[in-house]
Amino acid sequence: MSSVRVLVGTRKGAFVLTSDGKRERWEVGGPHFTGWEIYHLKGSPADPTRLYASQSSSWFGQVIQRSDDGGNTWESVGNEFVYDGVPGTHQWYDGTQHPWEFARVWHLEPSLTDPDTVYAGVEDAGLFRSVDGGRTWEELSGLRRHTSGPSWQPGAGGMCLHTILLDPSNPERMFIAISAAGAFRSDDAGTTWRPINRGLQSAGLPDPDAEVGHCVHRLAMHPSRPGVLFMQKHWDVMRSDDAGESWHEVSDNLPSDFGFPIDVHANEPDTIYVVPIKSDSEHIPPDAKLRVYRSRTGGNEWEALTRGLPQSDCYVNVLRDAMAVDSLDSCGVYFGTTGGQVYASKDGGDSWAPIVRDLPAVLSVEVQTLP
Amino acid sequence: MIRVVLPAHLRTLARIEGEAQLEVEGPVTQRSILDALEAMYPMLRGTIRDHATQSRRPFVRFFACEQDLSHEVPDARLPDAVAAGVEPFMIVGAIAGG
Repeated sequence: MSSVRVLVGTRKGAFVLTSDGKRERWEVGGPHFTGWEIYHLKGSPADPTRLYASQSSSWFGQVIQRSDDGGNTWESVGNEFVYDGVPGTHQWYDGTQHPWEFARVWHLEPSLTDPDTVYAGVEDAGLFRSVDGGRTWEELSGLRRHTSGPSWQPGAGGMCLHTILLDPSNPERMFIAISAAGAFRSDDAGTTWRPINRGLQSAGLPDPDAEVGHCVHRLAMHPSRPGVLFMQKHWDVMRSDDAGESWHEVSDNLPSDFGFPIDVHANEPDTIYVVPIKSDSEHIPPDAKLRVYRSRTGGNEWEALTRGLPQSDCYVNVLRDAMAVDSLDSCGVYFGTTGGQVYASKDGGDSWAPIVRDLPAVLSVEVQTLP
Repeated sequence: MIRVVLPAHLRTLARIEGEAQLEVEGPVTQRSILDALEAMYPMLRGTIRDHATQSRRPFVRFFACEQDLSHEVPDARLPDAVAAGVEPFMIVGAIAGG
């Protein structure tokens, strides 16, 4: 029987939640790396026993951990993230130029085909790659060296590269997103990049439809249809049908189109999920009700999914990397909150139950569906 | 034998129980101790001092013999009691944050 492994990064360690394919009883493993911030951990699609974790601390900096047994044991690997050449400057909060400084790894994206190849999205925004299982890292500096780089500026959480999507049909193509620069695409395996933000409108910018500067919170793609992208922007839920060449808004009847995560059903490429948040200044659910919204039409026509979720007095947030799906039939959907709950739905979102209620604030959730 | 006390998180990372004990060639300084420590425990590279600049990380402090030596230059000789192994060189996570 299949099984499911949910990888949870929190403010104070990593947890590995496991269940068989029924997804009724869960074991909570961990914490691993107790006391450290685990921004993200993710398994290799090519070898599900190989996991990578980003472990960081304001005191002791960045550590990368690797597991070769599905998260039971871990080994620290390389943590030297050095920008290529003279890193230059980007725009700071006060409008002055500020040197690029490495702070932490926000997101780890293992290669679809090689367990030893993994990409890292970092703050200050840059993209790194390891081809030796995380022991050494090299910057793909064509992104940071884009002519728009000096105009990029940090969002409230820092200038982070938080999303990396690999096109399963084209190994040369990848997408990334940066807060607050926007989305970018490479068609030559990360050597060169161009912004893909046409159609975005951001009222907080002096030029609302600028080529860069948008606070993109998250991108999502279904692997069977990599030309269709979904985006949760700071405000607005967006869709592209041409690999990011242009975007159109699909927020429609959402109670708020501000939010962080967005994800796609594993078996229905037009079924997508978001978690509306009241506003950028409040970061709480609208009406104190935690609701996932689902569209079965690839955007627009949203329905609230509430069964099993708190519908009063709820003031948690769901961060950008804290939602994932399994690939069972029916599809499981998972998300974690800043209140430490990890909720799971084994019926595509129709009903929800907490796997665990009292973890530290959840930063990331990833799911592995195991044979 | 030089004795080094690490903060709990770094002891866990390096899988050290109790103090680290090091042999240091030549003058006993912050730099020579950290060089020897990182050679013995490579996973500590980048956690105490920056990879590129070799500067002490801002929230890390160096104490010995009831003195804060954090702002000494890296090549300043440490107290004789540290060099003799009578007193430990203490690497401390600054008391900050929550």
